[in-house]
Amino acid sequence: MNKIYMDHVATNPLHPEVLDAMMPYFKEHFGNPLSLYEPGVIAREAIEAARAATAELINAKAKEIIFTASGAEANNFALKGIAFAHQNKGKHIIVSKVEHHSVLNSARFLEKQGFAVTYLPVDKYGMVNPADVKKAIIDETILVSIIHASPEIGTIQPIAEISKIVKEKGVVFHTDSTSSVGNIPVDTESLGIDLMTFAAHQFYGPKGAAALYVRSGTRIVPLIYGGIQEGGRRAGTENVPAIVGMGKAAEITKRDLDKRIAHVIPLRDSIISNALKIDKVILTGHPEQRLPGHASFVVEYIEGEAMLMMLAVKGIYSASGSACSSKALKSSPVLISIGIPVHLAQGSVVFTLGESTTTEEIKYFNETFPQIISRLREISPYAQGWEGTEDSTCTAKK
Amino acid sequence: MRTIEAHTVQNGELNFLDKPLEADATTDIIYMMCPMHLLTIEDQVKEIEKGQVLSILTDYDGALEDIPEWCEKTGNEFLGIYEDDDHYKFFIRKLKES
Repeated sequence: MNKIYMDHVATNPLHPEVLDAMMPYFKEHFGNPLSLYEPGVIAREAIEAARAATAELINAKAKEIIFTASGAEANNFALKGIAFAHQNKGKHIIVSKVEHHSVLNSARFLEKQGFAVTYLPVDKYGMVNPADVKKAIIDETILVSIIHASPEIGTIQPIAEISKIVKEKGVVFHTDSTSSVGNIPVDTESLGIDLMTFAAHQFYGPKGAAALYVRSGTRIVPLIYGGIQEGGRRAGTENVPAIVGMGKAAEITKRDLDKRIAHVIPLRDSIISNALKIDKVILTGHPEQRLPGHASFVVEYIEGEAMLMMLAVKGIYSASGSACSSKALKSSPVLISIGIPVHLAQGSVVFTLGESTTTEEIKYFNETFPQIISRLREISPYAQGWEGTEDSTCTAKK
Repeated sequence: MRTIEAHTVQNGELNFLDKPLEADATTDIIYMMCPMHLLTIEDQVKEIEKGQVLSILTDYDGALEDIPEWCEKTGNEFLGIYEDDDHYKFFIRKLKES
């Protein structure tokens, strides 16, 4: 049986051209980019070429790209780096309630360091209201960080609109674009942001390579001190093959993005329209302002984990929401934030598509998914309804 | 910033300014540590013309020794330091092509 990968928001396979580009830097071009002799020069030039390609993908300048090892690192760097750099101006930070844990937990860490954090609510689609951002900004606010697109519910935030408000107030603005770069066009100029996180493996690059875009002139305290790598802003010998891979993946993404988007939209729409024909299946996230290859649902009366297991048995790999919430068997804070009751949040499933997804695969999925729901509802203790469970309280914290 | 006194006493050539000078180019390396101040000066001095003034903003105390020394070694003119709220502004006049 062929396996059908429908978890592209978790990660992606390496694009073959990316692997080809990386291989020499595992083998003959192994030099340390700081070395003055030829192998070092080759490695250094490869990093700078990758930086230029990565910058071009998001319409930035090469020197505005700081390579990191992950999106989580870049998010930590953005929040802590800006908070510490600007704390003399104030100690107030604004994030939304639907951020990735690397933003939320960095914000919580900063609270312990004496910063005040406002966690903005979202509407039923997971959308931040720009007016709420405006209201939340006070004289002491130094940073606003709002996720660009939710990996869990696919909603794309009105970042340009929020950014305009934040910049008018003279506050630094960061967006976590890990789920959006590679899936939709992202332009730092039209978004008007100061900092942006993105990761290579979200666009067919390798794991272990990500970046923080930092607009020229933005002061930031390094997370890692040491050598002069990344302009002294992120020390440590560079992961040259991974960075080269990120550059190549960025170049391919710039070339293929429109094609990728056009490929996944009809497949996604087919999943959504078929799933919504099933009784008591709810689309989570915004119906239009959502990632092109992203379909997410709450299925009543059954557990997401059970659906995932049965889908996997049928050869379909998918997810139930955020990996962290899934592992901890906790209700997803994102689903709770959009008003999904705890007992329904357990029935969350997320299907994300990529350039390898085929029409045949989606046809098979559309046949299989309703069968699995029917089978699980037959054995569900709640098949007749939720009596006695509606008062469940959420254990998920802000 | 407390080490200013010590440096001032040790190094009589440090010239603390009452107000910042006009600069033709400014580079902000606040929060960057050694040796970024020296590498940045090298890069930035290449970008300006002979006779022009470069301003370097840094909060790195080691720059108090290193930047005047760098000027002496490279034959550029160290004009002085202005002490701002939480950082220093160094002023250098480019005298030689690097």
